Amino acid sequence: METVSPSGKSSMNSPTPIPKIKDTDCLFELQHVNVSYGQNPALRDITLRIREGETVAVIGPSGAGKSTLLNRLYEMRSDDCAFVHQQYALVPQLSVFHNIYIGRLDRRATWYNLLNLIRPRQPVIDEVMPILETLGMNEKISARVGALSGGQQQRVAVGRAMYRGGKVLLADEPVSSVDPLQGEAILDLIVNTGKTVIMALHSVTFARRFAKRIIGLCAGRIRFDLPAGQLTRELIDELYLTC
Amino acid sequence: MLKTSLIFIGLALAALCLADLEVTTLHPWPELGRMIRGMAAPDLLSLPGIWRAFVNTVAFALCGTFLGVALGVVLAFFFEFTPVRLFCAFIRAIHEIFWAFIFLPIVGLNPTCGVLAIAIPYAGIFAKVYAEIRQESDQRPLQGTPAGSAALSRFLYGSLPVIYQDVKHYTAYRFECALRSSAVLGFIGLPTLGFHLETAFREGHYAQAAAILYAFYLLIASVRYWAKPRFILIPIVFAFLFLSKEIYFSVDNVSRFFTYDILPWPMRRQGMLDGSRAIAFPWQDIGAWTLAVLKQEGVEGVWNTVILTQIALAFTGVLALMSFPLACVHFMGRIGRRLAHGVLIVVRTTPEFILAYVFVQLWGPSMLPAVLAIALHNGAILSYLGSQNADLVELRVDAPQKRNNRYLYEILPRVYGQFLAFLFYRWEVMMRESAILGILGIYTLGFFIDSAFADHKLDKAILLILITAVLNMGIDTVSQVIRRRLKISTKLVTSSGLGLMH
Repeated sequence: METVSPSGKSSMNSPTPIPKIKDTDCLFELQHVNVSYGQNPALRDITLRIREGETVAVIGPSGAGKSTLLNRLYEMRSDDCAFVHQQYALVPQLSVFHNIYIGRLDRRATWYNLLNLIRPRQPVIDEVMPILETLGMNEKISARVGALSGGQQQRVAVGRAMYRGGKVLLADEPVSSVDPLQGEAILDLIVNTGKTVIMALHSVTFARRFAKRIIGLCAGRIRFDLPAGQLTRELIDELYLTC
Repeated sequence: MLKTSLIFIGLALAALCLADLEVTTLHPWPELGRMIRGMAAPDLLSLPGIWRAFVNTVAFALCGTFLGVALGVVLAFFFEFTPVRLFCAFIRAIHEIFWAFIFLPIVGLNPTCGVLAIAIPYAGIFAKVYAEIRQESDQRPLQGTPAGSAALSRFLYGSLPVIYQDVKHYTAYRFECALRSSAVLGFIGLPTLGFHLETAFREGHYAQAAAILYAFYLLIASVRYWAKPRFILIPIVFAFLFLSKEIYFSVDNVSRFFTYDILPWPMRRQGMLDGSRAIAFPWQDIGAWTLAVLKQEGVEGVWNTVILTQIALAFTGVLALMSFPLACVHFMGRIGRRLAHGVLIVVRTTPEFILAYVFVQLWGPSMLPAVLAIALHNGAILSYLGSQNADLVELRVDAPQKRNNRYLYEILPRVYGQFLAFLFYRWEVMMRESAILGILGIYTLGFFIDSAFADHKLDKAILLILITAVLNMGIDTVSQVIRRRLKISTKLVTSSGLGLMH
């Protein structure tokens, strides 16, 4: 049994040893994992294995435990994972460049961060430019994030995660506050980064279109875990109506 | 809220019965006539040394604010620690003029005295307000930065950009306050505008006094055009260079002051008599001495300070409630509002101390001039904030047409909570001011502190300043408790409002 403090940091006091990862491609392995916030269990008896290169969507009604699951996965390999934040985690007063740079704030010395804040360093610009090209935002490099549209802001958030690097991209409802057209474009960006992608999604339609594997969560338990093609109308209705 | 308001009005009425409000001058009205004639015909050029005083006023304010910000920023980072919070509350509970009194015997009438007198209490205020701005700002950008980054890096990228505008506005507002403080420090002899203002008033040269005041208004009004973040370092460097010629600092003096001069008299008596300057610890005598100071000066000073504060508090509230509609969209036309705002700006730009000084010239030292000065200055601030808040209220189409009804049923109920919060926020400021006005001859704590300094009884003066500080911190705490209990807050206000609260 694991407990997670409300801040999201878990303390490992499980008596069972962490199972060894048997196959080399496997990035995450959970076996009968429970997570609770104080008294309230948030995840119950989760058994799950995610391999490198997979594109996974986690769906389920609000409060089903999607965010908790993503946080749990992040803590397992925080060096290897980059989180796509929702746009409100961006700093609206800073430029697109600086907001993307924040992804690697922990990799550089404070004095370098300070210099780069006052005047962007050329080596950093060279690192950020290719990402901006992928995002289709080359000209916006010095635009204030607060002045951008919601969709553009969400792209910057993806850019920050891409700049952070690592094998895995985790995304907690990355498109829930942008219009569907923008949402499509952003999910397209995310699944085409060539990384392992695990995202919590609000929209079942998007989950089916962009993920190869879909996990349905309900009240902290896995209700189903299927390839996207095998997901049926009945399963979805059951997930959202009985939960 | 109504009950609390009535209690405070009741307290003020009771205090009013106990207060000395007598007019002691023989010819107040002809004097007022001469003042008004002087106001109409200002005369600046016949004042020798006035330009130097101008530069000094600005230089003291610049250096004082700069040092205050530097120290305040450091303190703000550790503000969650109770000792730091208490330390900040303590240094800001002592008025600039009292700080100047403390530094006078150490460094003399010297720029160091003026700059430190501003820097120290301002550091306490900056620490508190910066910490509050940070706490109340959006935390999500900060949480979005990688958890493994250095704390300073996270602050620079995730927090500073978010709070920068508020911090900038508040600091600019405080600089304006520092100019006022700097000018007022002249009244106790430092070479700023207040020095010339005091001379002109004392000698009845009202045309010159008026000119200095007008020039001071212009100076304050000009701040927004030249005190810009990109440019401000240049004047700061010049101010330090300008003052550095006269800076005087003696470690010996400082250590003697803190380890000898301010010790209670019984501790020094024996050493003084036999010439050895040794320190003794006759506990019983120290106790008796402390008790005597408390009995002779402490009790009377505290009593009068509290009486004055309570009258001024209630009067400020009434004044502001009556006057804010004059500056509010829902009651007045454009021209009327402009006019009202003009008057409010002039009144709140004039330091309470100068208002009180003028009124004392007219009516003699009693609580009357002090109450009027505090209530006018603070009333103007609250009136401005009240009208700003009331302007934000959106009235329905069918809102009452009659202004009385509109005021009582639509506007007042909506803004009253915030108004009270502001008023209680200023309570501590008013008390600080009540104490300081004692040096004009009103028997509040400042009077006894001033007398003690004049008699070179530094021990007594410091004890009385400590009492003043504790009283202020007490009022600050009571004010917080009341605001929390009434669940009123000053939030939802623009950062200009944030500035004026302190």
